[in-house]
Amino acid sequence: MSAIPIAIPAIETPWRLPSRGRVGMFSLIGAESAIFTIFLVAYIFYIGKSLGGPTPQQVLHIPIFNTICLLSSSLTIHLSLSALRAGKNAAFGLFWFLTFALGAVFLIGTGREWHHLIYEEGLTISTNLFGTTYYSLVGLHAFHVTAGLVGLSVVMVLALAGRVKQEHAEHVDVLSLYWHFVDVVWVVVFTTVYIIGR
Amino acid sequence: MSFDSIPIPRPISLPEEAGSTWLETLHEWVTTVDHKKLGLMYIGYALLFLVIGGIEATIMRIQLAVPHARFVSPQVFNRMFTMHGTTMIFFVAMPILFGFANYLVPLMIGARDMAFPRLNAWSFWMAAFGGLLLYFSFLGGDGLYGAGSAPDVGWWAYAPLTSPAFSKGHSTDYWTIALLVSGFGSIGTAINILATIVCMRCPGMTLGKMPLLAWLNLVMSGMVLLAISPLTAAQIMLMIDRYLGGHFFDTQAGGSAAIWMHFFWIFGHPEVYVLIIPCFAFVSEIVPVFSRKAMFGYPVMVAATVAIGFVSLSVWAHHMFTMGMASYSNAFFVLTTMAVGVPTGIKIFNWLGTMWGGKIRYATPMLFCLAFLFQFLIAGLTGIMLGAAPFDWQLSHSYFVVAHFHYVIVGGILFALFGAFYYWYPKMTGRLLDEGLGKWHFWLFLIGFHLTFDFMHIPGILGMPRRIYTYEPGRGWENWNMICSIGVIFQIVAVLCFVFNLVQSYFKGRLAGNDPWDAWTLEWTTPSPPPAYNFAAIPEVRSRRPLWDLKHPEDPDWKYE
Repeated sequence: MSAIPIAIPAIETPWRLPSRGRVGMFSLIGAESAIFTIFLVAYIFYIGKSLGGPTPQQVLHIPIFNTICLLSSSLTIHLSLSALRAGKNAAFGLFWFLTFALGAVFLIGTGREWHHLIYEEGLTISTNLFGTTYYSLVGLHAFHVTAGLVGLSVVMVLALAGRVKQEHAEHVDVLSLYWHFVDVVWVVVFTTVYIIGR
Repeated sequence: MSFDSIPIPRPISLPEEAGSTWLETLHEWVTTVDHKKLGLMYIGYALLFLVIGGIEATIMRIQLAVPHARFVSPQVFNRMFTMHGTTMIFFVAMPILFGFANYLVPLMIGARDMAFPRLNAWSFWMAAFGGLLLYFSFLGGDGLYGAGSAPDVGWWAYAPLTSPAFSKGHSTDYWTIALLVSGFGSIGTAINILATIVCMRCPGMTLGKMPLLAWLNLVMSGMVLLAISPLTAAQIMLMIDRYLGGHFFDTQAGGSAAIWMHFFWIFGHPEVYVLIIPCFAFVSEIVPVFSRKAMFGYPVMVAATVAIGFVSLSVWAHHMFTMGMASYSNAFFVLTTMAVGVPTGIKIFNWLGTMWGGKIRYATPMLFCLAFLFQFLIAGLTGIMLGAAPFDWQLSHSYFVVAHFHYVIVGGILFALFGAFYYWYPKMTGRLLDEGLGKWHFWLFLIGFHLTFDFMHIPGILGMPRRIYTYEPGRGWENWNMICSIGVIFQIVAVLCFVFNLVQSYFKGRLAGNDPWDAWTLEWTTPSPPPAYNFAAIPEVRSRRPLWDLKHPEDPDWKYE
């Protein structure tokens, strides 16, 4: 092969591409957003179309405490990750546990709300359209909170075993993206169900 | 210059595997996370379902060949068209395209595997499980005596036919769960392909230097995320209705049947593009190689694909003109449907521009691509016709529509897929498919396809509705239906040629070597079939045609890009 007269263009070094964990999680969030959008559209479409009671105005109470818990868990997971990146493992563990606890409180709150609706107000998923759409949408979100709590507890167990260190921040960050997404979805669900829908 | 003089990384030699037992081989395939093995499993599994779906279509064509036929009962006919549609879309087209994407994308972007190999295996087994569930309904769907076995609600399963009152037993549940499960698999694969293309490209492969196949699969994956998810949501709602007594689609309790149609077609129309875009990708790889020219209008091609991706998300209700929407809704969906034809037309001109002045080799892959071009154009034109609301009011739910979308799916997607088989089979197995049999396959399938689907437009225009199990003589439909059914014979013989070719060439085909087509993308630098690690050394690229640069160092592409 003869020598090539022209200099071959150099490849930009270092060759950097986005983290696949983050890209994968953003893709998952895109797909999940589409699922939530369909459930939200169904909820909004069926507002006021139930043929019988109970109606949202009669039975729904705004879950302020719950909402504060879930939204502040976004802050604690952020603080937790900052601590991990800075190598402060104790602070990371503390804030991580706090995030888990806040999420669990939210889930318990949802459970209590559902218990009240089912046993005292007589609203089930098959009572009317409101029941169908309400339990589906809020239940879908609660399912995502549950999945998030499972993820959080796995990291928590690993952290207690001393297996989560500064260099794992990038991996833990992927889970935190999911948790932030769950929180953002709650803002939309909350607005739809408890403000627009009431 | 001989190919051996090119400094392409040679594979490091691995110790020869001792002759393994069939149990070890089975274990290896079941537990594999290798993108190539998973890709091949996707393809094999889809080919199996292609045969099953084809048998169902044949049963329908036998029943419709003559008026007042008694070949199958109306109940069986309903099951056949439901299973045929569901199988062909979800368990043939999707997995076969995912299989090719799985196999080719890492090789073409110079990566050693997908971004998430275990997620990849999970997705495949979910898809396989879904197909199994769907067909298990033949055995287990009879939840209630006499309720019927396989699903019979049509592949779009309109409400309220799917409600427990009208769809007794478990057949519809099998349909729902099969689609839900395989949908999760599809979302997993889409995430994987997307992350692979964004994060795993070899050094130098900027977005503008990616092979078009990678670009188009990137768009396809994004569309899967946004299109399959609504179907998943709708299936969850249907399950809530059927199992928990919900009222989403229960018209007796104020629910709406129309909202199911919307949710289904929000999935259903983008799905067509999810299927056709990877086929555009095959054509965009094959046409340049067999025209001996670089792709004409690469940036425009990418832009047109992205445009299709966006616009096709807002055309779904052109499937629902006869439902009776507001006039401004009709107008909106007519306009978006016309708009989506524009980027599609651009693509056709790009392929023509690539061929123009090229030195065309009429090998089998190219023949299938040429047929694809003409047939896809016609399919697009009847699509434009049906996209005009008044025309659709006249011909919706007729055989004209059936002919139109089979023109897209068979004439477009399947032809491009056959081309892809002939083009990449040597890479996957190390042996070329037989050209003579390939020509027989092509011409017989071309004749069969045109006999069946060209003439199927006519009974549609004459008023023959779709999904009827028989018809009366004297309406002028008999001869056309007979011709359609005769075409099936040609298609069956052609597919037999293809299957025979696949099997025979695997053992006796001509050895392919690394690069049988003198092509330009990275997969042809690897041995055929590629080793588990793909590339001994990760390649570096400087242009869209890295192999051209290697073969022609005196006139490399990077000087012009």
